[in-house]
Amino acid sequence: MPEVKDLKTNDEIAWCPGCGNFGILSAMKKTIARLDRNPKDIVFVSGIGQAAKLPHYIKCNCFNGLHGRALPVAAAVKMANHTLTVLVSTGDGDCYGEGGNHFIHNIRRNIDITVVVHINQVYGLTKGQASPTTDLGYETKLQPEGVILEPLHSLEMAIAVGAGFVARGYALDLEHLSWLILEGIRYKGFAVIDVLQPCVTFNKKNTFDWYSKRVYKINDDSSYNPQDKIAAFQKASEWGDRIPIGIVYKTEKETYEERSGINKRPPLAEEQIENIDIREVLKEFM
Amino acid sequence: MNNELTLKITGEAGQGILTIGSVLCKIFKNAGFYLFANNDYMSRIRGGNNFLQLRISDRPLYTLRRDIDITVALDSKSVNMHKEDVSRDGVIILDKKNFNISEESGMFLDIPMYGMAKEIGNELFVNSIACGFLIEMIGIEFRHVDEILRAAFSDKKEDIIKKNIDAAQAGYDFAKDNFKRDTFKIKKGNAKDTLLITANDAIVLGAIAAGCKFYSAYPMSPSTGIMDLMAHYAKKFHIVVEQAEDEIAAINMAIGASYAGVRSMTGTSGGGFSLMVEGLSLAGMTETPIVIYDGQRPGPATGFPTRTEQGDLAFLLSAGHGEFARVIFSPGTIEEAFYLTIKAFNIAEKFQIPVFIMSDQHLADSYRNIKMFDLNKVKVQRYIISKEDSGGIKDYKRYQFTESGISPRAIPSWINDPIYADSDEHTEEGHITEDAGIRTMMVEKRFSRKMAGLSKEIEKPKAFDVKGADCILIGFGSTYGVLKEAKESIKSRNIGFIHLPQVWPFPATEIIELLQGAKKIIVVENNAGAQLTRLLRQETGIKADKSLLKFDGRPFNLDFLIQHIEQEK
Ligand SMILES: Cc1ncc(C[n+]2csc(CCOP(=O)(O)OP(=O)(O)O)c2C)c(N)n1
Ligand code: SF4
Ligand SMILES: [Mg+2]
Repeated sequence: MPEVKDLKTNDEIAWCPGCGNFGILSAMKKTIARLDRNPKDIVFVSGIGQAAKLPHYIKCNCFNGLHGRALPVAAAVKMANHTLTVLVSTGDGDCYGEGGNHFIHNIRRNIDITVVVHINQVYGLTKGQASPTTDLGYETKLQPEGVILEPLHSLEMAIAVGAGFVARGYALDLEHLSWLILEGIRYKGFAVIDVLQPCVTFNKKNTFDWYSKRVYKINDDSSYNPQDKIAAFQKASEWGDRIPIGIVYKTEKETYEERSGINKRPPLAEEQIENIDIREVLKEFM
Repeated sequence: MNNELTLKITGEAGQGILTIGSVLCKIFKNAGFYLFANNDYMSRIRGGNNFLQLRISDRPLYTLRRDIDITVALDSKSVNMHKEDVSRDGVIILDKKNFNISEESGMFLDIPMYGMAKEIGNELFVNSIACGFLIEMIGIEFRHVDEILRAAFSDKKEDIIKKNIDAAQAGYDFAKDNFKRDTFKIKKGNAKDTLLITANDAIVLGAIAAGCKFYSAYPMSPSTGIMDLMAHYAKKFHIVVEQAEDEIAAINMAIGASYAGVRSMTGTSGGGFSLMVEGLSLAGMTETPIVIYDGQRPGPATGFPTRTEQGDLAFLLSAGHGEFARVIFSPGTIEEAFYLTIKAFNIAEKFQIPVFIMSDQHLADSYRNIKMFDLNKVKVQRYIISKEDSGGIKDYKRYQFTESGISPRAIPSWINDPIYADSDEHTEEGHITEDAGIRTMMVEKRFSRKMAGLSKEIEKPKAFDVKGADCILIGFGSTYGVLKEAKESIKSRNIGFIHLPQVWPFPATEIIELLQGAKKIIVVENNAGAQLTRLLRQETGIKADKSLLKFDGRPFNLDFLIQHIEQEK
């Protein structure tokens, strides 16, 4: 199995120095080194944005698709070959803006993929417009009077729609984040992890300092029970002076693979297709 | 009457026109007739007016006629709506008492079918009564009715089956006793051992035979039939059929499955395809093979949901931003739909491109009985690095430059190297680049080089008697049948006919050759924009003398076409 240094690619990293994405990349590589998987059996799927570039910097398979459309591709990769570990790198705009519909319906599918959403509370790649998670009142070039739309409470939404693994990490806490992603991958079903990822260039409010002062780990407190849905809702809605990180909600559910039965068959990709006999079904038309 | 009959069964939505229609088709086939049948239904579940139009003969049929020899009206509204279409010696079978019609007319054949049905136990039996009546008029033995009704209602209780057969018998006897004319008794053919099938069915069977293992779509007429039948066979053939949350997801899913090594397909109609357009471009950029089915219906926007048009041609030709290779097949018959679907999967995989199967409601949903497919012609050709060969691969580059523009395609997890596929402009390795030189070479790879290869694999135009013709008809897709029969029917002049089963890449060389010295060229299209006429000119410089266009949401029929061609002296 690979060590972290084996996972580096030759591709030049295109992020601003100091960007929170570097933390997520390190945590991700750590996780993959810990995961008992050959990188050839791991597929990263991403959309478009700064977050979505991440798979280029890890030596695993990658499908870097369209803005907002990572999830349908990822779900189908898993359906086509359920033996693969499928991970999604996506931005808060990619996942909750452009691709919002896919987020809802892939929670319903409960397909076994792990979705890491980089929450920088802006559109990084397109130079700083508001994203669906930007705080109310935050001023950008495009929203000079401040944002007047309320931020999306993504974790509450995920729990409400029925996601079985809902978590939040922080790009500066690599150990904790790597653990969260590992737990997400090990979880059987659709796992979503929001990662607080400061954008040093376009988000002058939600900085490393701002987050560091506020985040606290919920799973250190043994009285917090991530299986309690009501408690999880309350935790997910906390935002402001204190911001919880950790596994917010976790429950066992039947997966798409189990419900459809594809997990009991060899991967579709390995089906023999050269000599499919349709003679019998043609009789239905006789 | 040329030993053929045109029939119409009409009533409200919800009156079971589809069921009686399918029973009748099976009876005719069983008795040896060839048939062509088309449902004309409104986009509603109850009320309105629906009808099934059916043409039968002892020889294979390819299209519909305008004038109806026998109309079976199941409600009073149908009588008035369809009176105009009755042929010179044609009749309407109706129940005057039940429909409150007092008017006398030579075309009416009054049968108290509702009263008879009630006597048997339920008004719903009128369908079977009418069916029996019709069968007797045409001169078909009752045993065929008995056999087919039993099979059609095999999931129903014995009592229901018996009552339906009794009802059919009552209709049959009524015709025998009261309608003593031989006008509609025609000669049978030898069509018993044929397939009774639609083009949508044939496309599903072709896809299955071609190894399609993944179909993702969002319901939209007239493509839904494909997804339904695919779902019906999903378990048997290990196919994942996924109802996506929208068409954007549908095409992206098909692309994802294909990336993972599975032959995949999506299907929709124009409106849904509008949503898929960015995904089409993604397939082009990432060089991921997919097959896309477009069952055309009249637009713009929601248009006529259950009707027909060939209005998407120009759209499919140019859909998707950027430049990349694509293929558009336009099958004209059920047989062509089957074989071209198989070719679509092979070509998509060979060239790593999106391939379209363009159909329309008329082709998609019309029934014909046809000869058994020649399964020896089904060849699944694979163009991926097999699992066995994957072990030895080193320093794999997904987008390696080659003469043909096609890079060897590896499947994730089969090879040891990672595979990078990218929608950004990318290097041979699949990483993002902004290099002008690489860009130029990549465009050539995806577009010009592949197009050059594709132009050698074009499905050739089908030409009939073009040399020396006074007039050459040209069409694509569903107009094949009507053009073929029109050509054969017109005896006053030498008519030639060319059908295009593939419109892109356009078979320019073949067409130029075929049209050399043509006296008159008429392009026949089910659209308003003369889209094929324009494509012909763009690709060959040849200007057609006329475009014969129809865009009322209804298909061409033989009589309409003959009349218009004969006007063109
Ligand atoms: C269909 C489409 N619309 C718009 C864009 C332009 N675009 C690229 S990334 C992006 C937003 C990225 O924001 P986010 O997903 O939050 O990623 P970040 O860069 O912040 O990591 C936009 C609007 C695009 N590439 N495609
Ligand atoms: S713009 Fe922001 S999110 Fe993008 S790389 Fe720079 S710091 Fe990171
Ligand atoms: Mg963002």
